[in-house]
Amino acid sequence: MPRDELGILSEIKRSYIMRRLKEGKRSDDRNLDQFREATITPNYIVRAAGSSMVTLGKTKVIAGVKIEAGEPFPDTPNQGVLTTNVELLPMAFPTFESGPPNEMSIELARVVDRGIRESKMIDLQKLVIEPAAKVWIVFIDINVLDFDGNLIDACTLASVSALKTAIVPASSIGGKDFTVPTTCTPISVTMAKIGDSLVVDPDLEEEQISQGRITVTTSEDGHIKAMQKGDVGFFTMDEIKKAIITSSNVGKSLREKYFG
Amino acid sequence: MGTVSDIKLIDEKGLRIDGRSPEELRPIKIETDVLNRADGSALIEWGGNKIIAAVYGPREAYPKHNQDINKAVVKARYNMEAYSVDERKRPGPDRRSMEISKVISEALESAIMVEQFPRAQIDIFIEVMQADAGTRIAGLTAAAVAVASAGIPMRDLVTGCTAGKVDGHIVLDLCKEEDNFGQADLPIAVLPKSGKVVLMQMDGDMSVEEFDQATGMVMNAIKRINQIQRDALKNKFETSTGEVGE
Repeated sequence: MPRDELGILSEIKRSYIMRRLKEGKRSDDRNLDQFREATITPNYIVRAAGSSMVTLGKTKVIAGVKIEAGEPFPDTPNQGVLTTNVELLPMAFPTFESGPPNEMSIELARVVDRGIRESKMIDLQKLVIEPAAKVWIVFIDINVLDFDGNLIDACTLASVSALKTAIVPASSIGGKDFTVPTTCTPISVTMAKIGDSLVVDPDLEEEQISQGRITVTTSEDGHIKAMQKGDVGFFTMDEIKKAIITSSNVGKSLREKYFG
Repeated sequence: MGTVSDIKLIDEKGLRIDGRSPEELRPIKIETDVLNRADGSALIEWGGNKIIAAVYGPREAYPKHNQDINKAVVKARYNMEAYSVDERKRPGPDRRSMEISKVISEALESAIMVEQFPRAQIDIFIEVMQADAGTRIAGLTAAAVAVASAGIPMRDLVTGCTAGKVDGHIVLDLCKEEDNFGQADLPIAVLPKSGKVVLMQMDGDMSVEEFDQATGMVMNAIKRINQIQRDALKNKFETSTGEVGE
């Protein structure tokens, strides 16, 4: 979590958040398991094969998908390739710097990637042009424009939504364009631990006082597809089991609300 | 995860490809103070994994803007040698190793009493010399011993273990084939006295019931692995008495 002169929460703010949590409410009046309102704008960038701009509260990210023909990995000759990259743009936060990806953006990209990959959202076997020689490579590039907490879920929402509209440019090699074959809708739900509470979709202030973060990605079948515990701190096994159930429930309602 | 294969990973008797039963760990051996210069170090051999962890510090954090006026900064670096895997790994940090370094640093910082060392830095170097699945957990388990061996105050050791899903069965401590061709991988590290989870990642596919079964297995195994860590640390003091005044 970046901390700078803006990042250090005042004691007054901290005790206010803690006091509200005791009443079962958040500083912005949300319930503990309530997501901020998200706006999803698919096809925001028409030059991309697929794209989506997502705002989650005051967090704003854009995911763009590009699809190019290329070589498969030697160990998966009959599968297309998926790569995910996140850039934390300097405009998004005072301490974000341009330059090579740092560990925060790498972890973020890998957790987003894992949810999409392990849920098998994209049917990579249908992205083979010529086995062992040529396949479609799906590049997801995510740019963070405005940072107010919970980038993992904002980036996952943006990627999933961008993939759902993405077109494979098969006409460029003499075929017919087709939409990216998708099988399910993975939803990640991130929770921060504050005191004894788990709060869903933490904003920046909540992330700054949190004592641990946990992300659980589920798909329609309710199974866990990816998980990540992050930040310094710990969770009890009971808290983790609670987080899994919360993620599954919240994920279900988000799926219906935004992709139903 | 999820690479399709024809290899049968569990036989009719329920035994695994390397002959283990579902809840059987691979052999684990830990030795402390294998290096001279470092403030603390440990070598772990876990199945085919051979990993050295070394600790420097607490020492002044540098560059200075990295200092934290309230606590020590814990910086772990997980690195795989080029020759540690079948196909040569390009040396230097990659995205996977940077992520692992981050989650290991966070797990160790949860155990170390960092508040006692403001403005300081504790460096932990983890070198994977031979990799055989479960390297992050083996590296972290060794690193915790190295930190303790360096005399750095800790709330508890950190002990890790992996569970996973193979041919539809939940098994403990995946080996390489199971890691490559299994259906889920769940590395967990805890503070063993309290059972608090300080590292957890998962990829693959698991139902909630399977997750419960896997974590139950891991929690049992943690006790055994923690004993190996403690024995290694005890052994350090029992064997070093003879060298006093040398």
